[in-house]
Amino acid sequence: MAGEANAEQDRARRFRDAALPHLDDVCALARYLMRNTADAEDAVQECYLRALRHFDSYRGPAMKPWLLAILRNVCNAEFARRSRQEAAAPAHPFDAEQPVEREPMWQEAEASPEAMLLRRHDDDTIRRLIIALPQPFRETIVLREVNDLSYQDIAEVAGVPVGTVMSRLARARAMLRSAWNAAEGTTP
Amino acid sequence: MNCAECEILLHALIDGELDAGHARDVEAHVAGCSACAAKLKWLRDMRQAMAAADLKQAAPAALHRRIEAALPSPESLVTAPSAWRQLRQPSRRSFFGGFAVGAAVSAAIAASIVLTVLRADQEARIAEEVVSAHIRSLQAGHLMDVATSDRHTVKPWFEGKADVAPPVIDLTAEGFTLLGGRLDYIDGEPVASVVYRRRQHVINLFVARRLGVERAAVTNRTVQGYNVRHWSSAGLDFWAVCDLDPVELDEFVGKISAAMQSARPS
Repeated sequence: MAGEANAEQDRARRFRDAALPHLDDVCALARYLMRNTADAEDAVQECYLRALRHFDSYRGPAMKPWLLAILRNVCNAEFARRSRQEAAAPAHPFDAEQPVEREPMWQEAEASPEAMLLRRHDDDTIRRLIIALPQPFRETIVLREVNDLSYQDIAEVAGVPVGTVMSRLARARAMLRSAWNAAEGTTP
Repeated sequence: MNCAECEILLHALIDGELDAGHARDVEAHVAGCSACAAKLKWLRDMRQAMAAADLKQAAPAALHRRIEAALPSPESLVTAPSAWRQLRQPSRRSFFGGFAVGAAVSAAIAASIVLTVLRADQEARIAEEVVSAHIRSLQAGHLMDVATSDRHTVKPWFEGKADVAPPVIDLTAEGFTLLGGRLDYIDGEPVASVVYRRRQHVINLFVARRLGVERAAVTNRTVQGYNVRHWSSAGLDFWAVCDLDPVELDEFVGKISAAMQSARPS
């Protein structure tokens, strides 16, 4: 029995050692996907529990993209559940979505000297600009700029070819760019 | 290269995803195209501004504690009640409609009960994985990452690759030729494999800090016609796999164990 308990503890310890260092990354992606701190934290917890359940079948080598892929599934499952619920019953005021941010009207700015200048924004504004991006462009740019994944890893997390990652990233940055200069900020 | 082709590669350039050849092509185009040059500057500025901003934000300490509490820990396995209480605290919102809480409890139960029940099977499962790794290794070009009969070359090669420094024992004089070493993955963990040959038979000796149930004595089994030996020594788990007849494999295991014993400081 002592040996079994030891093996059990060892597995729990190995999971903690491997997975907990990525909590900041998982939590960050959850915030950008769920757009709400409380939901994000619930999703993070669910992600870690699922990861633990599947830890035995985990075949490395990179733990971070593996966890982020699980988190993404958790969030998508939650959104799917909500849309089923909304279809079944009129939305409860409590469950109402956050007011949907209007998708920025994107038009390519002309290459005038003024348009080349980048407004300065504080961290909070930049986060809001990213959160306002529609899916799947939001998750792509977050995986790149926040989680610092390679194109290959993003492709695996999102389950799309690398070419799709590249075009989504280009579109995400173009949208972000026009929203960036439209937002109030300080022109340098 | 035209501007449309250049456009998407600009992103790959700032993301460090372009090989040197394509990077040169893009830079050559940008040097002669003010529109693409302006775009590249914008992208770099935006990227820099994002890198300077704290977009990731550390996870709150409370969340860290909550995850810690939800995972089975050595303490929670013994003193479960406190962990249960935390898990039963309702989430702030009815996220997952209670599913998260239910899942937390069932995962904790799964971790503490089901896995205990399954432990007997764990050894068999790992034995299968070990044999799969052995068969994989026999495919052309997969046997060795470092091919040398010099144990002083094999041993340092593993440093920093696996989390063990496997004992590399030269048994050439006794009929088991050291072929080299390989890094493999078994049960999701990097595992060192030291490769030997007896006549035309390849022996994989897998070494890991924890791979299966600790066995002071050698356990025998046969999986898919391969003979498998597992034992634990000096805090390491050893798995030897080969299609050699059992007598010769036992001879190999005996020689490795004897060498380990004599190498151990007494």
